[in-house]
Amino acid sequence: MLKVIKSGFYTSIQDCGRFGYRVYGVPVSGSMDLYSSQFANTVIGNSRNDAVLEITMTGPKLEFLKPTVIAISGADISPTLNEKPIKMDSIITVQVDDVINFGALRKGIRAYLAIKGGFRSNKVLESRSMYNGITSSNRIQDYDKLVYESYINEHRELNATVKYDRSIIETDTLEVFKGPEFNRMSKELRTQIINSDYKIYKLNNRMAYQFMPLFKNDLKQILTSPVLPGTVQLTPSGQLIVLMRDCQTTGGYPRILQLSNNAINILSQKTEDNCLKIRLKEF
Amino acid sequence: MTYNLNYFQFNEFSILINWPENIDENILQDIINYKNNIENNYFKQKVEAISAYNSLLIVYNNTIDNINDRFNELKALYYSENTVKNTNPLIWKIPVCYDAKFGIDLEQFSKEKKLSKTNVISLHSDPVYTVYFIGFLPGFLYLGGLSDKLFLDRKITPNLNVKKGSVAIGGQQTGIYPQDSPGGWHVIGNSPIQLFNANNTQPCVIKPGDKVKFIPVAKQEYDEILDLVNNSNYQLKPFSTNA
Repeated sequence: MLKVIKSGFYTSIQDCGRFGYRVYGVPVSGSMDLYSSQFANTVIGNSRNDAVLEITMTGPKLEFLKPTVIAISGADISPTLNEKPIKMDSIITVQVDDVINFGALRKGIRAYLAIKGGFRSNKVLESRSMYNGITSSNRIQDYDKLVYESYINEHRELNATVKYDRSIIETDTLEVFKGPEFNRMSKELRTQIINSDYKIYKLNNRMAYQFMPLFKNDLKQILTSPVLPGTVQLTPSGQLIVLMRDCQTTGGYPRILQLSNNAINILSQKTEDNCLKIRLKEF
Repeated sequence: MTYNLNYFQFNEFSILINWPENIDENILQDIINYKNNIENNYFKQKVEAISAYNSLLIVYNNTIDNINDRFNELKALYYSENTVKNTNPLIWKIPVCYDAKFGIDLEQFSKEKKLSKTNVISLHSDPVYTVYFIGFLPGFLYLGGLSDKLFLDRKITPNLNVKKGSVAIGGQQTGIYPQDSPGGWHVIGNSPIQLFNANNTQPCVIKPGDKVKFIPVAKQEYDEILDLVNNSNYQLKPFSTNA
């Protein structure tokens, strides 16, 4: 078991999400930055879909009650093991009573802590991803105990042979495709939207990110139709809403752009006031 | 009848198929037939097919390599014989209590529509509604068939917490909130039944193409049903239209 001494700002259990339940209105969920969560899993030889902790901005304080190995990837939140700094993207051996803690947020906003064999919380609709109304809670709480299998690391600690792609954290350009309603925009509006410099608004979470500036438009709403994580909607009041992993399955605002899967990972590492550009791409 | 469909690559894994932009039972049936063809006759691999009023989203579990091959496969399936037998739609009878305790906006709603409360209740519970699709929240049914006498724009300021089970009207639509949620619709009643249960492999038994009929119940019957629901002793029963 992993004892949660402090839960941090917003820490949740995530895997690759729910596939096959959108017909019932169930969001996909899953790690916001799938690249980094899968990387952490790969480092310790897990399968890509094993459940990890998604840690947002302020890290939790965790005590291990069984031996295991872990890896942390994504945002650098100054992780420590028994108060000594530890390396990101590496195999970390932990013993009984060891304590993991986090400090200053250096780069990115979401870190992923993978544990050997994955967290063993109950699966609901074939996934452990936490989501309100599906799992009993949407994030972990102080004093929670998280289940994992013990594992004795018989190998010497080696550096991982795979290399973490820093561009996920460093880049500020999002690759986008044309959305289903892209062509309903006037030529002027399309040009403005493609060439604009964007700033992330304070409303940003696992469901959606809002971008500034606003774009005056007279686009009509559409008959409610499916949306995806990464769908960019333009509202009548001119807001760009970028849907993220916990988004609803359908929506009625025009879908003007669609983020590439990698752009969703990149955006997941950004927060309020971060600046971004977009680049239109063909499939 | 076939429609002129539009095929659009939505992201690396998905194709969106569009019908004419109308709410229409013929379009709904065409989407359901096509969806059945796709799910049953062709794909060996795991694929998600998500429908809405006039669209069908196909999500593959890996990246699409050759989009034209995919388009052609899908198009062939649209014109292929429908191998799934059309069954008569199921009618689900959903108990609703329109008591003032639950229908917190019923009074105001009747005033704005210049109808008596009894009138509102009968106009709302008389029709047989068609389930078009599920979206917005887990288990939220998009229903067609609301009487135009009950059309009323959504509230300007949404309620932060609409209670689970609330039966409400917004614009030209009516629906049941399957869980507590913010919402801008006018709440006129509440249903004690559970529309969505994440612990079941089929978490929502009502499907697109099914029918829904609201059955007005008094507060006492509502409480009795709610007791059964809370003890997992209530089974929502469908009626076949040819029964």
